[in-house]
Amino acid sequence: DLWGPLVLCVSLALMLQGGSADSKDDGGPQFAEVFVIIWFGAVVITLNSKLLGGTISFFQSLCVLGYCVMPLTMAMLVCRLVLLAGAGTVSFIIRLIVVGAMFAWSTLASTAFLADSQPPNRKALVVYPIFLFYFVISWMILTFTPQ
Amino acid sequence: AASRKTCRWGRAGGGGGAWRGRAGADTVCAPAQGGGSAVIDMENMDDTSGSSFEDMGEMHQRMKEEEEDEAEGEAGAGEEEDGEFLGMKGLRGQLGRQVADQMWQVGKRQASRAFSLYANIDILRPYFDVEPVQVRARLLESMIPVKMINFPQKIAGELYGPLMLVFTLVAILLHGMKTSDTIIREGTLMGTAIGTCFGYWLGVSSFMYFLAYLCNAQITMVQMLSLLGYGLFGHCITLFVTYNIHFHSLFYIFWLVVGGLSTLRMVAVLVSRTVGHTQRLILCGTLAALHMLFLLYLHFAYHKVVEGILDTLEGPNMPPFQRVARDIPVVSNAVLNTTAKAIALTL
Repeated sequence: DLWGPLVLCVSLALMLQGGSADSKDDGGPQFAEVFVIIWFGAVVITLNSKLLGGTISFFQSLCVLGYCVMPLTMAMLVCRLVLLAGAGTVSFIIRLIVVGAMFAWSTLASTAFLADSQPPNRKALVVYPIFLFYFVISWMILTFTPQ
Repeated sequence: AASRKTCRWGRAGGGGGAWRGRAGADTVCAPAQGGGSAVIDMENMDDTSGSSFEDMGEMHQRMKEEEEDEAEGEAGAGEEEDGEFLGMKGLRGQLGRQVADQMWQVGKRQASRAFSLYANIDILRPYFDVEPVQVRARLLESMIPVKMINFPQKIAGELYGPLMLVFTLVAILLHGMKTSDTIIREGTLMGTAIGTCFGYWLGVSSFMYFLAYLCNAQITMVQMLSLLGYGLFGHCITLFVTYNIHFHSLFYIFWLVVGGLSTLRMVAVLVSRTVGHTQRLILCGTLAALHMLFLLYLHFAYHKVVEGILDTLEGPNMPPFQRVARDIPVVSNAVLNTTAKAIALTL
């Protein structure tokens, strides 16, 4: 099922758009960039997991990774609401905690699905790219500053 | 209908609910890829990737056959009448349809054969056959230069570690670009980061492989990719530290020590595999230069100089090495300002 991941990806990309320091320059990630990062990253992780001898199919893996972006989408929503109240140290700490917790949730959730389809001694090899993928998305969310 | 019985790649009776009576007629094929586990059936059933081409073809084929059956039934009588006048007309229609059908079958078969040959990721599978312990050991080894250069050193032809290191470098680079407020006009941050890192890894590997070929060095392309990829471990460490702690002197120390160690390791391995002084010199000189210069480039290209801070201090007396990059979080901005001012005032 790719509808859920598509909806989540589009909503995350829409929320991440339009954040920049200068009005005349492209400072923040644009829609296409976020979209490509999510799908390209998911494809790479899936290929990696298959090459390491995983038994999960290509689209099943894409589906899992896409749905596990949901906590980060929620984190983005919370961040935008917090930023409406102002952009100080307190708001940064709140955002950091929220994004950190959601990042951990995403990684653990997708690991629960994808690592089990691997031989037991190779789980770490599959978990690392997933960690990196959600880390990059979390980083984009955390460094988002609205115009 | 004879074509229904041929073994179809990747479609062992899967998804056949909509098409009447097909599940029974199809033969189950042994899948060309994947491990031998019970999950394979499910995989083929659920996997609709790339088979919409075949679905459309089948639907088209089925409709044509139904049409043919009906047309044959009702036009049977009419054809005889026509046949007397223009015996060729009815025949040509039938022949045309058969030729089109055959061409479709041949084309489909060729396409699926080409697909199974080139899109088969099993070609890369042996290069990903590693254990986490091995990856960790190789990461640490990439910083330790070997002493024995008279005996060809073994290079593991593995692609998992290098690929992960390249992606880690991309992530670190993205972080560095964000914190230094790099503005890319023609393109995106992510695109630039990926392009730079993959371009370096693949491009320099190919170039070094070509040089190695010219200098008669005993090294294969995969080994070259692996060697250079693991050499990026030093880059990752250096950039991770210096993108967060912005002191130029610290960067130069890291550049020499960490960069130097990984360069020495790669150079030693290459030297052990090359014969002849001139060849060794060419190969190792090029590799060392490219490796160290890349680290230098990564640090300085995404390290925006902020003139605003300097103008508030004693401008003309300030040496350029004291410039620091600007951070996005407001907290560290204030800290950085006071630090820069303190450094300037102590001079």
